[in-house]
Amino acid sequence: MPNAKPIQRFTSFIAAFFLLFALSPSPADAESKLFIMTATTDLAALAQEIGGDRVDVESIARGYQDPHFVEAKPSFLLKLRHADLLIVVGLELEIGWLPPLINQSTNPKIQVGAPGYFDASRFARILEIPTGVVTRAEGDVHPLGNPHYWLDPDNGLRIAKGIQNKLSEMRPNDATYFAQRYDSFEQRLKQAEQKWVAQMKPYAGRKIVTYHRSWPNFSEHFGLDVVGYVEPRPGIPPSPQHTVELIGMMKRDGVKLIVVEPYFDLKTPNAIARDTGGQVVVLMPSVGGEKEITDYFKLFDYDIAKLKQAFDATR
Amino acid sequence: MKRIAVLFVLVFCSAAANARQSPSDEPKPNAAATQSSISSPEEARMQALEDQVRILAEEVALLRGELRTLRDANSTEPPSGGRVLFASSHVEPSMLPPAPAPPRSASAAPDPPLPQAAQTQTFGGATSNAKLLNPDISLIGDFIGTAGHNPVSPSPSLQLHETEVGMQAIIDPYSRADVFLSFGETGVNVEEGYITFTSLPAGLLLRVGKMRAEFGKVNTIHNHALPYIDRPLVTNNLVGGEDGIDDAGFSLSRFLPAPKNWFLQGTAQVFRGDSDDVFTASRAQDLSVVGHIRAYRDLTESTNLDLGVSYARGYNNTGANSTTYNPSDFTTNLYAADATLRWKPLRRSIYHYFMFRTELIWSARDQLSASNRFQTQHAFGMYSSADYRLNRRWTLGGRFDRSGRATDANLTDTGFSGILTYWPSEFSQIRGQYRYGHLWDVSTNGFINANEFLFQVLFVMGAHGAHPF
Repeated sequence: MPNAKPIQRFTSFIAAFFLLFALSPSPADAESKLFIMTATTDLAALAQEIGGDRVDVESIARGYQDPHFVEAKPSFLLKLRHADLLIVVGLELEIGWLPPLINQSTNPKIQVGAPGYFDASRFARILEIPTGVVTRAEGDVHPLGNPHYWLDPDNGLRIAKGIQNKLSEMRPNDATYFAQRYDSFEQRLKQAEQKWVAQMKPYAGRKIVTYHRSWPNFSEHFGLDVVGYVEPRPGIPPSPQHTVELIGMMKRDGVKLIVVEPYFDLKTPNAIARDTGGQVVVLMPSVGGEKEITDYFKLFDYDIAKLKQAFDATR
Repeated sequence: MKRIAVLFVLVFCSAAANARQSPSDEPKPNAAATQSSISSPEEARMQALEDQVRILAEEVALLRGELRTLRDANSTEPPSGGRVLFASSHVEPSMLPPAPAPPRSASAAPDPPLPQAAQTQTFGGATSNAKLLNPDISLIGDFIGTAGHNPVSPSPSLQLHETEVGMQAIIDPYSRADVFLSFGETGVNVEEGYITFTSLPAGLLLRVGKMRAEFGKVNTIHNHALPYIDRPLVTNNLVGGEDGIDDAGFSLSRFLPAPKNWFLQGTAQVFRGDSDDVFTASRAQDLSVVGHIRAYRDLTESTNLDLGVSYARGYNNTGANSTTYNPSDFTTNLYAADATLRWKPLRRSIYHYFMFRTELIWSARDQLSASNRFQTQHAFGMYSSADYRLNRRWTLGGRFDRSGRATDANLTDTGFSGILTYWPSEFSQIRGQYRYGHLWDVSTNGFINANEFLFQVLFVMGAHGAHPF
């Protein structure tokens, strides 16, 4: 364009620049580590198992925090804006805090429906999907099913497979690496799972009471029978009347164990335990709930050891 | 113009390139033989064994269903809502054959055609069919009762103060929209209605529509989300009362470079210039502008500090009534600073919480004096409030108010409030507030003491989206 006016030349230069910018993948896509944000620590642990040293993983919620009630602090935005992948629990568990974080992150990659938005619940087997009319007379129900599904090792494996596929799609060059990591994880998890099942075998069919409905997948997998809840309805604090009924039921059926998540007050569970001669056991629903629970395996190690101990003590 | 067009095309191209997502779900057939059965004479063990066999049988059924899903689906990720399941996905033992065959090893040939029962299994949660593609709809009722003596700003004894209907949805891959309609005693008002573009380049966040301006803290918060029943005196005296600066326009915000661990965000907004009695646009060009800078830092895991400075400028209603003066001579400039300290221990986040917040607002309002001279009134107002969550259901709060009046800075109203809140659940709230005011009464030309008791019941229907932190 020898005769082009300066303004035209300038315009075409700008256009070419933006075209180049739009077509070439940013350098981050090609070389550097994938940065994965997860809603909870369990998903972070699974992502780390598959991603190994090719990814950096960080969780928004802490393991000892109630995942229903996380604060949407702006400090999380600083991390989310750089994330390549956001892995969420889904089933409306994070409905109270994650949507504003995603909206304000100004990160197109992790918007709902974008390739970097990964809903782990799509890969897991979901229990307690309500049928019939769903109202909040039932408390804070999750209309899409119980979101505490990661406490079943089979679901852990399924989610890991989903993560493997997602990571391979995002980093095709590392696909073999992720596949190896998955195979190794699968092998180790199956071994560990056999050990856990064997450990829990003597207690199969035992009846327990839990504070919140966090344990359906866990108790199904390990053959426990959850017969009651300290909460009268999900998300509703214990009421005197319900507690009295619960104590009556526990005495009648000889239920001795009350499982409590680390973020609930122990006053009511302790009172119930005193009345029924039972025992309160604080189980961790998530990785990182205690310092020693550093990965997905140690989560089950910890919970099963605690359960064994409590069952033996209340025999 | 051409350049802008090119830019837009590029933005949409790059966004469209991100639109498709196709991960594959290929759960591995589970080697279901996790336990070997050892016969034992004890009844209990037999029972346990039976249970295990049942669980194994379920797993076999699940795996078959899974396999079927995989075969059926070409695109391997189940689209959201594509596979709707009304019944529980949990396969009841009764649905299974009474004596299931022992699970085969993983190396076996592909499964034969599947029994019907296995088809009920799917992964992922159910999706409520009725609300597919509908926005999240919520309704918040706000009932307020008032008893006591306040001749300066009397409130009705009983009123359904506001019914707020919220509709929120993702519009397309690049934007979402939030609309809040407020049905009051006198009519309907679009409290907010805006689209947010979430996928803009350069980290920009654009909102277009009517919205509460990013001026300080209280101005951005809906009535039902406030920690008190009323709004602070300074809001009423200097920032336009209950609705505050709430206007149609654009809002552009962006994260700003900041020192490590600091979050810094800048927001610039342009509005039509009509916001209750703060700003009045008598001509089309009388736009108002709002600027806000927010700095946030986590002090510890449970404690954080949130600071902000705001500026707002617009035309006021003085000039509109005057024949001798030009309306464009009369502006109102508002400056504000806000600080919030929050504490919420993560392990006990549902039981304990503390928040201290203060906002300082300076108003410079051009107007005509009693002798019809041009003057600028410099008024100052502030409030400080604190809330402490005593346990899961009770919160105790207090607020101190002090504010001059925008049109007469010499008249300073003072007040304080004590607030007690009770939550039967997350979705309803009962609140009482005692309010004392030392207020200037225009009719008597003197200060009066106002003592009032306010009572509020709030209830939430539907899925009300979370409010920004």
